[in-house]
Amino acid sequence: MSDLFSKFDDLIAMREGLLSTGVTDPFNLVMEKVESPTVAICNGRRTILLGTYNYMGMTFDPDVVAAGKKALDEFGSGTTGSRVLNGTYQGHRECEDALKDFYAMDHAMVFSTGYQANLGIISTIAGKDDYIILDIDSHASIYDGCAMGNAQIVPFRHNDIEALEKRLKRVPEGAGKLVVLEGVYSMLGDIAPLREMVRVAKENGAMVLVDEAHSMGFIGENGRGVAEAQGVIDDVDFIIGTFSKSVGTVGGFCVSNHPKFEILRLVCRPYVFTASLPPSVVATAATSIRKLMNSADKRAHLWENSKRLHAGLRQLGFKLGTDEPQSAIIAVIMPDLETGAAMWEALLNEGLYVNLARPPATPANMTLLRCSLCAEHTSEQVDEILGMFAAAGRATNCIS
Amino acid sequence: MTDRDEIQAKILDLIEPFNKKGAAVTPATRFAQDLEWDSLTVMDFVASVEDEFDILISMNRAAEIETVDQLVDAVGQLRGE
Repeated sequence: MSDLFSKFDDLIAMREGLLSTGVTDPFNLVMEKVESPTVAICNGRRTILLGTYNYMGMTFDPDVVAAGKKALDEFGSGTTGSRVLNGTYQGHRECEDALKDFYAMDHAMVFSTGYQANLGIISTIAGKDDYIILDIDSHASIYDGCAMGNAQIVPFRHNDIEALEKRLKRVPEGAGKLVVLEGVYSMLGDIAPLREMVRVAKENGAMVLVDEAHSMGFIGENGRGVAEAQGVIDDVDFIIGTFSKSVGTVGGFCVSNHPKFEILRLVCRPYVFTASLPPSVVATAATSIRKLMNSADKRAHLWENSKRLHAGLRQLGFKLGTDEPQSAIIAVIMPDLETGAAMWEALLNEGLYVNLARPPATPANMTLLRCSLCAEHTSEQVDEILGMFAAAGRATNCIS
Repeated sequence: MTDRDEIQAKILDLIEPFNKKGAAVTPATRFAQDLEWDSLTVMDFVASVEDEFDILISMNRAAEIETVDQLVDAVGQLRGE
């Protein structure tokens, strides 16, 4: 009998090689207690969290937590059903209404995760003989949505407007076109030139989908994302987002002004053939989304944090993913996986958690220490974080 | 030179900057196995072929192409379409 697992042998060997050096497994951390959006107990030690997607710090918001408890009491622990059968409760409707108000759009569809939102929308709207033109650094959920459907998939070089335009012009006459972009690319924390790209897409008769997972609540005057910040949100046909970042729970969504949008509820398989979100989750999401509409002060503080960390890390001599802070993600580029893992562990020992990101999830086979800031990080915490980076960086010879 | 020879010569030129191993390249050379290209390298290379010949090679189409010879055929077909 051939072992179906033999295809994983190289990865198993790489993992064993890394762990045999005695380094703590970066992909097996357990948070024993979570004190707040910015502090948890890991391995018995108080740890500042700098690797969550809790950008707006909503997970412990008293109104959000109260809404979840109330829904748990009144509607029970779960729906045990699909949105199109017995799985749509009052709370799901209220959550979709909150999204329509947040984005000022006509339609909103809530999925059980952000991954499923991309999987479902992309695989359903682009059919055989249609073309999907997407940024080469797109998230796995976008590629999986492409793989699940049967459209023609054409990637273009990251954030390259001319490469996008050339490919759009080569699509055969009459074929349907969907351009898929992200507002913030989560590995390096860089943003897309949406103003130009959306224009180019529209000039060439394409529909545009923008994944704003990492910008919601934070970027743009109303927190609607990079498309809002760059003034092109009205030309975007579909915005994909998630509740597992700024909103602070779990779930995904698509908002749109397309007049026929509601038909997707019947034809989108990752929406139909899965259980809907529990009542407590949609209640926390709806409450959080409505509070995010009026969070200009938190947005301003998060920008300050991002700028402070970026400037401080740069001054320490670290190589960063972007020349200027463009989002709440600051990526520190490590020379290789071994150094990255050593630095990650040294930071953890200092009392700081960041994300270690490695190939194939990263562009250009980079190893990254990904820092994501929270609006609840105080300026003092950011200074403390910089002190930890200085100590860990010197201990591992990453900086002099 | 025939059209096919010209396409092949151009493709061999385009392979060079990506041929980090310095492997000898023949029509039978396989991109993944012989040149040891990962998926990112393949996508960068495909983009350079697309721009050279002003065509689109979708990922669906690229997935069926294993060798230099198959790529030369595919480019010939796509240019004709």
